[in-house]
Amino acid sequence: MEERRIRSRNDSGNVFIRWLLIGAALLFLALFLVTPLLTVFVEALDKGWEAYWAAIEEPDALSAIYLSLAAAAIAVPVNTLFGLAAAWSITKFDFFGKNILVTLLDIPFAVSPIISGLIFVLMFGAQGWIGPWLADHDIHIIFAVPGIILATMFVTVPFVARELIPHMQAQGREEEEAALVLGATGLQTFFRVTLPNIKWSLMYGVILCTARAMGEFGAVAVVSGHIRGQTNTIPLHVEILYNEYNFVGAFAVASLLTLMAIVTLAIKKFVEWKTSE
Amino acid sequence: MSIDIKGVSKSFGPFQALKDVSLSVGEAELVALLGPSGSGKTTLLRIIAGLDAPDTGTILLNGEDATNRGAGERGVGFVFQHYALFRHMTVLENIAFGLRVQPRQIRKSKSDIRDRVMTLLKLVQLDWVANRYPAQLSGGQRQRIALARALAVEPKVLLLDEPFGALDARVRRELRTWLRRLHDEINVSCVFVTHDQEEALEVSDRVAIMDAGRIEQVGTPQSVYDSPANPFVYSFLGNVNLFHGRVKEGKATIGDFEVDAPEHRNTSDSPAVGYSRPHEMEVSRDRNGNDSLSALILQIQAVGPNVKLRLKRTESEDILEAELTREKQRELDLKVGETIYVKPRLVRVFIADPSEGPLNYQI
Repeated sequence: MEERRIRSRNDSGNVFIRWLLIGAALLFLALFLVTPLLTVFVEALDKGWEAYWAAIEEPDALSAIYLSLAAAAIAVPVNTLFGLAAAWSITKFDFFGKNILVTLLDIPFAVSPIISGLIFVLMFGAQGWIGPWLADHDIHIIFAVPGIILATMFVTVPFVARELIPHMQAQGREEEEAALVLGATGLQTFFRVTLPNIKWSLMYGVILCTARAMGEFGAVAVVSGHIRGQTNTIPLHVEILYNEYNFVGAFAVASLLTLMAIVTLAIKKFVEWKTSE
Repeated sequence: MSIDIKGVSKSFGPFQALKDVSLSVGEAELVALLGPSGSGKTTLLRIIAGLDAPDTGTILLNGEDATNRGAGERGVGFVFQHYALFRHMTVLENIAFGLRVQPRQIRKSKSDIRDRVMTLLKLVQLDWVANRYPAQLSGGQRQRIALARALAVEPKVLLLDEPFGALDARVRRELRTWLRRLHDEINVSCVFVTHDQEEALEVSDRVAIMDAGRIEQVGTPQSVYDSPANPFVYSFLGNVNLFHGRVKEGKATIGDFEVDAPEHRNTSDSPAVGYSRPHEMEVSRDRNGNDSLSALILQIQAVGPNVKLRLKRTESEDILEAELTREKQRELDLKVGETIYVKPRLVRVFIADPSEGPLNYQI
C-alpha cells in the first residue's frame, strides 16, 4: 500500500514535469515559428483576396517569380549534374587532390552570401578583372540575369554533392565493380546500379537545392542591382515592396516563398520516410 | 582457360601489396590463395579480374596478354566477399544482369535469359527465391546467388574473394564441398582467396601460400603440408611447437635430444629451430629414454575426438601443445598440474635466419 502511494505520487510529479516541458516547447514553437508564419498569411490577406491577387499579378511581381524560377531551373540541373559527378568521383575513385576537392565543395557554405555575390562583382563588374573585356563585347553579367544565375549556382553548389557523398560512401564500390566484371559499360553501371541506389538521396539533395536557389537573398542582392521587372527575384522583390510600405504586396509575394517552403518540407519528410524504408 | 601471372608488383602509396609475384593456374584447376590478412591475396585476385591494375608485370589469360583489358572483357566471373548483390534488384534480375547488359547484337532473347537464370538457380539449389530481394536471403543463400550471377555470363575463369568468410562454420563447410563439386561439374579455372588453411587444403587442387606480398610456396595441399618450404608456411598451416637448438652436419640438437636433419648435411654449425605439430607429440607418464622433455600440464581441453594439452617445459618455461586421442587420454588419465614427458615423433628443422630476428610464428 505504502509503496504504491509513493509511486503514484512520483507518477503525478512526472506527469506534471512532462506537461510543463511539453507546454514550454509548444509555447516556444507557437511564439517563434507558427506566429511569424501565420503573420505572413494574415498580413498578405489583410485587404482581402483581391488585393492579394493584385499584388501577385502585378507585372513586376510576375517578372520576379519568373526570374526566380528561371534561376532555379538552370542552377538546380547544373548543380545536380555537378553534384553527381563530384560525388561519383569522390566516392568511387582514388585520385590525387581528392581531399582538396571535398574541402572546396564546402566553400559556398562557409563564405557569407554577401561575399559570394561580391566575388562575381569583383570578377565581372565594370571595375573587375574581366569587366572591361566584357564591356567591349557588350556582354552584361553584373546587374543582369546571367549574374543572378551565376550567384545562385555558386551558393547552391554543395547541396546535391553533400547529400550524396555520405550515402555513396556507405554503399561502397563493390556493386559497381560487380557490374563492371559482368560486362556492363560505365553508363550502364551508372544508370542500372548506382542511380537506383541513390535516387532518394539525390531527390533530397535536389529539393534542398531548389529551396535554396529560390530563396537566396544575399548573394543575389549584390549582383542584381534591383532593377524592377528585370533583375529582381522573389526575395528581392519582397524587400523592395516592404521598403515602400506596401505591406500587403510584400507579404503576398512572401507567402509564395512560404508556401513553397512548406511544400518542400512535406516532400522532404516523404523522401526521408522513403529513404528509411 | 589458363591464367599466367608474371612478375606482378603493386603498391598502394607507400605500402607494397605485391612484390614480383608469379603464378600459373592451369585449365580447369582450382587454386587457393592462402595467407594472413594483408598478405596481398585479394589484391592479386583483383588484378587477375582487372579491378586493379598492376604497377609492373603482366597477366596472361589463355596465353594472351590481358593486362590492359578491362574487367568486363576478360571473361572472368568474380564473387565478392560481401556478395555485392544489387540490392534494388530481385534475385532473378541480379542473375540476369550480366546477360541484359550485353550489346544488342549478341544479347539473348528475354525468354532465353529467363531460362538461363532458372537453370542457374537450380544449379545453386535456390530456384524458389527468384522473386525475392537480397535483403530477404540468408548469408549462405546470398553467396550462392552471387555465384550464380557470376556464372550467368559463362566465364572462363571464376575468381572468389573469401567466398565463405562471412558465414558460420556449418554453412561454410557445406558450401566448401559444394563449391568443389560445382567446380568439377562446370570445369572452369577457379582461384579463390582464403585465410582459412583448412578450407584451402580441403577444397583446392593446389595452394599458393602468400605472406607480405610474396608467394612463399605453391603445391598440392599434401605437399605443402608435408614439406613446407619455410617456417612461415609450416606455422601457417597449423599449430606448431618450436624448439631452439643447433644443427651440425645433418644432425640437429634440440635440448636433450638429437634428430636427423639430412637436408642440412652441409651446414657446419648454425643455430636452428625445430618445428613439431601438436599431434606429432608423443605423451607419456614415464620417462622413456633420454630424449624426452618433462613438462607441466597447464590445461586440458577436449575438442571433438581429440584432447588438447597445454604444457610448460620444466627446463625452459616454453609453452608446448600436444594433442592426443580420447582413448589415449582415458588410458593415461592425465590431470592438470601433473608433470609428464613428451617427445616429438617428427621434427622439421630450419636454419634460424639471424636477420629475421626472433622467430615468433607460433599462432
